[in-house]
Amino acid sequence: MLLKLFKFHGGVKPPTHKTQSVGLPIAPAPLPSKLVVPLHQSIGGTPKPVVQVGERVLKGQLIGEADGWISSAVHAPTSGSVIEIGMHLQPHPSGLDALCVVIEPDGRDEWIAREPLDYRSLPPEQVREHLQRAGVVGLGGAVFPTHGKLTASRTVPMQELVINGAECEPFITCDDLLMRERAGDVIRGVGIFRDLLQPQKVLIGIEDNKPEAIAAMQAAVKAVGEDFAVIAVPTRYPAGGAKQLIRVLTGKEVPASKRSTDLGVQCFNVATAYTAWRAIAHGEPVISRLVTVTGNVDTPRNYEVLIGAPMDEVLALAGPQADTDGIVMGGPMMGFLVPDARVPVVKATNCLIAHSPKLFPAKAPEMPCIRCGSCAQACPHELQPFEMYWHARAKNFGKTQEFHIFDCIECGCCSFVCPSRIPLVQYFRFAKSEIWAREREKKAADTAKDRFEFKQLREEREKAEKAEKLAKAAAAQAARKAAEAAAAEAAGAEPGTSTPSATVDSEIDPKKAAIAAAMARAKTQREAAQPQNTELMTAEQQKEVAAIETRRQVLQTGETPASGSDPDAGPGTSPADAGAPSSPARS
Amino acid sequence: MEILAAIAIMALGAVVLGAALGFASIKFKVEGDPLVEKIDAILPQTQCGQCGYPGCKPYAEAIANGEEINKCPPGGMEGVQRLADLLGREVKALDAEEKPKAVAIIDENTCIGCTLCIQACPVDAIVGAAKQLHIIIGQQCTGCELCLPPCPVECIRMETIAETIDTWKWKYPVVEIKPEMRQAADAKEAA
Repeated sequence: MLLKLFKFHGGVKPPTHKTQSVGLPIAPAPLPSKLVVPLHQSIGGTPKPVVQVGERVLKGQLIGEADGWISSAVHAPTSGSVIEIGMHLQPHPSGLDALCVVIEPDGRDEWIAREPLDYRSLPPEQVREHLQRAGVVGLGGAVFPTHGKLTASRTVPMQELVINGAECEPFITCDDLLMRERAGDVIRGVGIFRDLLQPQKVLIGIEDNKPEAIAAMQAAVKAVGEDFAVIAVPTRYPAGGAKQLIRVLTGKEVPASKRSTDLGVQCFNVATAYTAWRAIAHGEPVISRLVTVTGNVDTPRNYEVLIGAPMDEVLALAGPQADTDGIVMGGPMMGFLVPDARVPVVKATNCLIAHSPKLFPAKAPEMPCIRCGSCAQACPHELQPFEMYWHARAKNFGKTQEFHIFDCIECGCCSFVCPSRIPLVQYFRFAKSEIWAREREKKAADTAKDRFEFKQLREEREKAEKAEKLAKAAAAQAARKAAEAAAAEAAGAEPGTSTPSATVDSEIDPKKAAIAAAMARAKTQREAAQPQNTELMTAEQQKEVAAIETRRQVLQTGETPASGSDPDAGPGTSPADAGAPSSPARS
Repeated sequence: MEILAAIAIMALGAVVLGAALGFASIKFKVEGDPLVEKIDAILPQTQCGQCGYPGCKPYAEAIANGEEINKCPPGGMEGVQRLADLLGREVKALDAEEKPKAVAIIDENTCIGCTLCIQACPVDAIVGAAKQLHIIIGQQCTGCELCLPPCPVECIRMETIAETIDTWKWKYPVVEIKPEMRQAADAKEAA
């Protein structure tokens, strides 16, 4: 089949080192002494443990339930007992711990009941859910949950389904061996993806340095009776990057801000297709994977390794040489030295390379950037690494984003060609993680601000409501008091002018109003009560009191008394007038 | 006559332009102080009051009015740096020591359910009711420590947030000076 191939920019051709590990067929790795299965093995939510310490588990039993849609289940790789659920060191450049289920194998390797699924008779949602429950994730290295990629875009028709068998990174041969030995199951797995996504055509891209794999896949396509195109793509790193392979096979460029389904194309790894077929047709969840064990070892080979097996036990199968001083997980371009040889194999572990100073000589020290532009020529995404480096080094992260740092796939081509040996990718990783951390902080700050402002608003509202309630109560009380005072006035006492003023005040401040009302109440009480001590006296006594009051007033003012106590009426005033002088005397 | 015409034209121009400016000042009026908003965006919004102001916004307003920029310990030296860049001021050492990010945790055995911490929390991150155990929502806690002083039984403690694989950051590449290279250089010098 003739197909026009496209080119991607840049790329490098490092020595492949692949021939060493393709000589021997895939071998199953023996049961390890114990299995440390990390719960967080895919992108997305961390699965929740569903087993308890001491529980006996069977091979393939669910031990971690997916948390959310973008999350994938984790299963027991063999039968045995759970001896611990705790934090263990991870195969991650950080050297940090994460929650793991530790299983001690019982040696019987007893499966759970496996039921094949007739996926053609089921709606697509149920097939996707089944793949999630089976823990199927992208085994090319990014470990994105596969079921999350199996929904076609609503607006853009699915045109091409790209299956990635390029395996461009040096040393790694696990996909090559998988295609050579298990091509039939891979093709049937691709068939599932095809049925779910309904693309117009299916393109399987394999680098032309794997002629055996290409032949096996072509034969399998014929045997299964499909119309998939198996296409040899030129060997050039990073042809196996999803975006590069899509570019080569379809000519489409996927920017960082878009998903490939928005352009009507989706990409899966061959090993992912294989595990999807095992999960659907055999009911086997993802509990093992093919791992290339190579590098500084006697017999480099591909092993089928259980997830959770300690890396040093896997490496020991190939016979590492005496000067081995570490294990690289992944290839030499994008891989990293694991923090400890005892860390477990996970779903993302495609290759273990025994590290030795002879195989990977120490890099000479970094020298200043001479702006030669070699990195820009090598960049498969047509970025300008020297510019991004400059800004990342100065921690000017806004500028790095202007130079599209998030389009960088960290393939390492720029570092590989740099004549000054600058670890460019490390600068980009640093800048990216700083930007992500800042975005997280900014989000947290915004939430805190919103919550703080809402709390303030709520407190003010509550205060206003309370004030309103108090004011109403005070006004009601003041009105009642005013009525009482009016009654008291009718009884003979003069109400103070403070009562109406209290009602006015109450509108301003409920507290003041309440105090004023209380004062008014006390005053009216006093007014009503005070005349009483003279009321019960005899006429002479009252006369006497009146006389005394008149004298007192005269003394106090130093003037002649007012009309109420004029000298004519002095001692001879009638008893009826006796109450009158009491009021000026009191004021 | 000509001079009168000139004056009339200038006066008319002044009136027209003045009206245009007056209209623009009403039509395009900027609500609030944009500088305060910018400063507030840099502040970490912990609302802790360690700067001496009752929240981040009041401190932002104070900075806009000439207050020092180094009074926000949760913002750290980086915050001071960014404020200095924004305002064109000199970078100053932080007024207090920088602490790692922490969250408050209530000890379930000693909490008496007094609700005092709930009232103190500026971001409503504590849930509970009178005489019921209170719980702090970790994701909402800003680590401001405002709930510590009101607690009558001292059952709240601050716990530093440990780094996880999800929050781990790649470190700044540091050039290693290897001993062999220095030896090689020394040997070269000696020769």
